[in-house]
Amino acid sequence: MTDAGISNKADPLSKPQSKYDYSKGPEPLEINMKWCKACNICIALCPKQVFEPDRDGKPVQARPENCTQCTICWVHCPDLAITSNYK
Amino acid sequence: MADRKRVLVMGNHAVVEGAIYAGLNFYAGYPITPSTEVAEGCARELPKIGGRFIQMEDEIGSIAAVVGSSVAGAKSMTATSGPGYSLMLENIGYAYMTEVPLVVCNVQRGGPSTGLPTKVSQADTMQAKWGPHGDYTAIAVAPSTIEDTVTETIRAFNLAERFRTPVTILLDEVIAHSRAIINLPEPGEIDIYNRVKPTCSPEEFIPFEMTENLVSAMPAYGEGYRYVVTGLTHDPMGFTTNKPSEIFPKLDKLRNKIMNYREETVKIRTEQMEDAEIAFVAYGSVSRAALQAVDLARKAGVKVGMVQLYTIWPFPEKQVKELCANCRKVIVGELNMGQIVHEVRRVLPGDIEIHTLQRYDGEILTPLQLLEKLEEVL
Amino acid sequence: MATATTSEKAKQKSDIFLKYLRPRKGMPSVWCAGCGNGIVMTAIIRAIDKLGLSKDNIVMVSGIGCSSRMPIYLDFNALHTTHGRALPFATGVKFARPDLKVIVVTGDGDALAIGGNHFIHACRRNIDITAILINNNIYGMTGGQGSPTTPSAAFSTTTPYGNAEKHFDPSALAAASGASYVARSTVYHATAMEKLIGEAISHRGFSLVEAVSNCHTYYGRLNRQGDPVTMINSFKEKSVQVTKAKKMSPEELKGKIVIGKLHEVDTTEFCDVYQSTVDRLDGRK
Repeated sequence: MTDAGISNKADPLSKPQSKYDYSKGPEPLEINMKWCKACNICIALCPKQVFEPDRDGKPVQARPENCTQCTICWVHCPDLAITSNYK
Repeated sequence: MADRKRVLVMGNHAVVEGAIYAGLNFYAGYPITPSTEVAEGCARELPKIGGRFIQMEDEIGSIAAVVGSSVAGAKSMTATSGPGYSLMLENIGYAYMTEVPLVVCNVQRGGPSTGLPTKVSQADTMQAKWGPHGDYTAIAVAPSTIEDTVTETIRAFNLAERFRTPVTILLDEVIAHSRAIINLPEPGEIDIYNRVKPTCSPEEFIPFEMTENLVSAMPAYGEGYRYVVTGLTHDPMGFTTNKPSEIFPKLDKLRNKIMNYREETVKIRTEQMEDAEIAFVAYGSVSRAALQAVDLARKAGVKVGMVQLYTIWPFPEKQVKELCANCRKVIVGELNMGQIVHEVRRVLPGDIEIHTLQRYDGEILTPLQLLEKLEEVL
Repeated sequence: MATATTSEKAKQKSDIFLKYLRPRKGMPSVWCAGCGNGIVMTAIIRAIDKLGLSKDNIVMVSGIGCSSRMPIYLDFNALHTTHGRALPFATGVKFARPDLKVIVVTGDGDALAIGGNHFIHACRRNIDITAILINNNIYGMTGGQGSPTTPSAAFSTTTPYGNAEKHFDPSALAAASGASYVARSTVYHATAMEKLIGEAISHRGFSLVEAVSNCHTYYGRLNRQGDPVTMINSFKEKSVQVTKAKKMSPEELKGKIVIGKLHEVDTTEFCDVYQSTVDRLDGRK
């Protein structure tokens, strides 16, 4: 994607450590921090607790290895801020 | 003229004849006296030519469907009377803002409120200019006979398409409900104007572009030009805006696209004005009485003439000023408590006496009444 | 940011929003954080994408209100009209161009209060329009006034002591008025909503999808229903599938939201019937 607004780099200071193997590719989800309004829906609805809020309340993929591609987060994101990187 | 189609029609049916000649293919309306025959005529005629007629649940829905169909590419109109016209105003305002061509025929009856459903009036003249809230420029035409109801309806459609704006036909109840044998124009006899379509690619398309004549090209839905039509004040791309730098040009466009080319809207008829010292200024049914009054007064040696306004809005100020320049006195006859007289007063120099003759009891002004007034002011 | 590991399918999935968002307009939307309108919007995007409809042939019509801003964001032919009048505008578009798919996005105040008459008549006419009614029980854009779907005793800025009126059931109203497809879903059931919207768009005739949504900013705050997450989760608890609801008593169904396809009849569509008249009269001038 070329849109400059899309980035999955949240505030690096608040990003928790993860066991995810980044050599396998990017994180499973792409979060557009410019569109995200920190409504907390994805964080709360995720059945596998993939997300943690950063200090603005926006989601960070703290446990990407837990993601099962269930799509709950991106079908419930009201701001179209989550898209899937999955194959 | 012998091979023209001769028909016996009432004024309301003449509106249908004129509209279909101009290319009408969509009508949405709601029954209201004294305009109902326009709807009935369209219900009967439109399906025969592949057009569409729909009776909506009210006048608000009617004008909404008319705007919707016009955006979808149809030539559309509705007809109504005072109470229905009042209900339509919000969406007529929407059409001014979104620059949607359409024609509204207001067959005027006595008011306010339910008023006099079967009686004549010209009291909606100012409403046709200032009806919807906000700033915009309106176009309104006023036929006076059954025959010119046909041609004025055609002209209304041409003006709507030319300027991308709603046009109101102000018809008097007595014209709408009179019958006459008239000659219909032959196909091709009167030019029909159609809205300008974009020629650029959808990517380059600017829906409310500030073109040279300020009228933007208008695609129909489904032609690949996906754009936003909104009643919110918008920029040339159609996106809503709150910026003063974009609000000014938009509202100026609504005014200037008509006012810069107002000569194209003007239609005036004069009768014996060459040497007239006194002039009747009239429109609609009153002009027919004035015509006869002029004839009778001339026989008695009074130098009187008539200026008949076919275009009411924008008020043809330059023409009225020039035509009445050599008159000492002007008599404005209207079927209301005085509406166009304010415009006449505004444009004529102070040394011309302006007299009014007003009737608002649901009856027409007769030639005799006009002659009495003439005698009074002589 | 597509990488070697991203398959074509995933690429499609992640591009879907950009495909349907209007270029040069862009997000973020005007809606509050967590507003259900956005969830409904994504459901509409996915439903249309699955149907494979051309963007050029879709007209999205709306009136006034929070939900009615949606057509401005989506890259279809957009008609953002006056308060309550979306359905008659849409009727004009559809009747003039029956080949176009017309989708109306409306709210509870827009469709049922100021536009109530147009709503029942569009249903009665059974014109091929899909209406997506986002029901959040309140007027959001003007700041939390009571709407025709504000429940009895509920609070709003115009019912500060509790609503004395009864509320409409939009789906029942539509079915009783003649709509030939009626379904209800909530923003919690976003995937089911996508399916129902898809069915509604494919249905020939007037179809209504009532999307029960959250206005935590006004309705939630004034009625102590919590944040968006709490409200959305409460829809999960309150919802009953229509098949299950049929076996439940009215007492058991009190306060529940019955979801699923509620009503579908196979009947003639207005534009089709009119066209058959036009065909029959062809050239009889």
